[in-house]
Amino acid sequence: MSYIEHVGKYFIMLKQVFRSPQKKAVFRDALFREVEDLGLKSVGIVAFIAFFVGGVVAIQTALNVDNPMIPKYLIGFATKRSMILEFAPTFASVILAGKVGSFITSSIGTMRVTEQIDALEVMGINSLNYLVLPKVIAAVFFYPLLVILAMFLGIFGGWAAGSLTELFHSVDYIAGIQLDFNPFLIRYALIKSVVFAFVIATVPSYHGYYVKGGALEVGRASTQAVVWTSVIVILLNYFLTQMLLG
Amino acid sequence: MIEVKNLVKSFGESPVLKGIDANFERGKTSLIIGQSGSGKTVFLKSLLGLHTPDSGTISFDGSDSSSLDEDEKRQLRQDIGMVFQGSALFDSLTVEENIMFPLKMFTQQTKSEMLDRVNAVIKRVKLFDANTKYPAELSGGMQKRVAIARAIVMNPKYLFCDEPNSGLDPKTAIVIDNLIQEITDEYQITTVINTHDMNSVMEIGEKIIFLRNGIKAWEGSSKDIFKTDNESVVDFVYSSNLFKKVRQAYLGETNL
Repeated sequence: MSYIEHVGKYFIMLKQVFRSPQKKAVFRDALFREVEDLGLKSVGIVAFIAFFVGGVVAIQTALNVDNPMIPKYLIGFATKRSMILEFAPTFASVILAGKVGSFITSSIGTMRVTEQIDALEVMGINSLNYLVLPKVIAAVFFYPLLVILAMFLGIFGGWAAGSLTELFHSVDYIAGIQLDFNPFLIRYALIKSVVFAFVIATVPSYHGYYVKGGALEVGRASTQAVVWTSVIVILLNYFLTQMLLG
Repeated sequence: MIEVKNLVKSFGESPVLKGIDANFERGKTSLIIGQSGSGKTVFLKSLLGLHTPDSGTISFDGSDSSSLDEDEKRQLRQDIGMVFQGSALFDSLTVEENIMFPLKMFTQQTKSEMLDRVNAVIKRVKLFDANTKYPAELSGGMQKRVAIARAIVMNPKYLFCDEPNSGLDPKTAIVIDNLIQEITDEYQITTVINTHDMNSVMEIGEKIIFLRNGIKAWEGSSKDIFKTDNESVVDFVYSSNLFKKVRQAYLGETNL
């Protein structure tokens, strides 16, 4: 199957996904389950990585800013900008593409190879709508919250690193993070996170839903889903940055 | 009643079903048998609407399924119960939730009404102390009972079973066969079973259709199958020495 055919099939899938749920109460239950599986269970890893990446960015900046002409508050400023512009929305999404993407592909793929999806279809249920729509809604609404959390924890991690290593003063760092606050950059990050959330929910679903074979193929599909989701996130990051900041 | 006329289905250049005609009557257990690759599963999946036939018609009580739109097909499928080969129970749901699932999706019943119905079918399939268990905690036979309970919870008009005995010990297989036949009689369902199991053929085959290379090679009852001189049927059904002897004894050619 060529790439173009895959893209076409992906959009045909989306047409089936975005239909009105057959039963609102069942959809609501599925949505809460997905918020827990895709969102709440990702808080820990995102928080952990954001905190330490923020710390590393602050330390790296401090170590590279040894010219006395450059003010120390730039360390806080650089950490804040790095976290808001790139780490929180983009790298957190790449991390989620791995964690959540493989979960989505393997769970839907296993349902496919064990005929659970056929069972849904035989019952008269639109299986794509039932399985994928709650994931998309949960991701699109929850991931921006994760991104905001990552921004705060990354900036906090930078401050904590400075305090522990004494590479810079807390006062300088706080002055840096307060410098030149631009609300549009937050909007830019949240717009990116919504787009990436959509990709993270739908691309792995596509790979899982159309898997054929057995356990081995489900494993391969999971790997492919993570790779393609990461590639698409990185490419979209480039185009969105051009569009929104260029 | 399900009427199939001249059903043709190919995958790419490979024809799998080459014009099959068949009728499945209400209140009867009909079996589809044949070697692996003969087209049984494709035939069953075509009846279920999981495969779209290239040509031919499938009518459910006079209503041609190919002329229905997607919503009408989904409506028709609510009258269909299906027992899959691997049971196809939802891993993340308990036994009770699995059986309740179609009721939650398609009825306006209250929780207590749904629970009453679920418990009634659980009792009917003789599944005890399993309501809160997950499918992974059940034996193969118990999973099949849950699958049957889920298939009949909506009072379907049509019941399809794909190899309901596969992976079961002979005793449990007979229990599942009898359960399906009892349910067919009791609820007057049109039941179609895809099977390799020769015990099922002998025990519950009120009507048997033998597929060979995508065509209907023979049709009859479990009594007819003892007397048939159709070589391909005899070759398939009596491939084991035990069944050969049973047949010879039935025909009076030898003593067991």
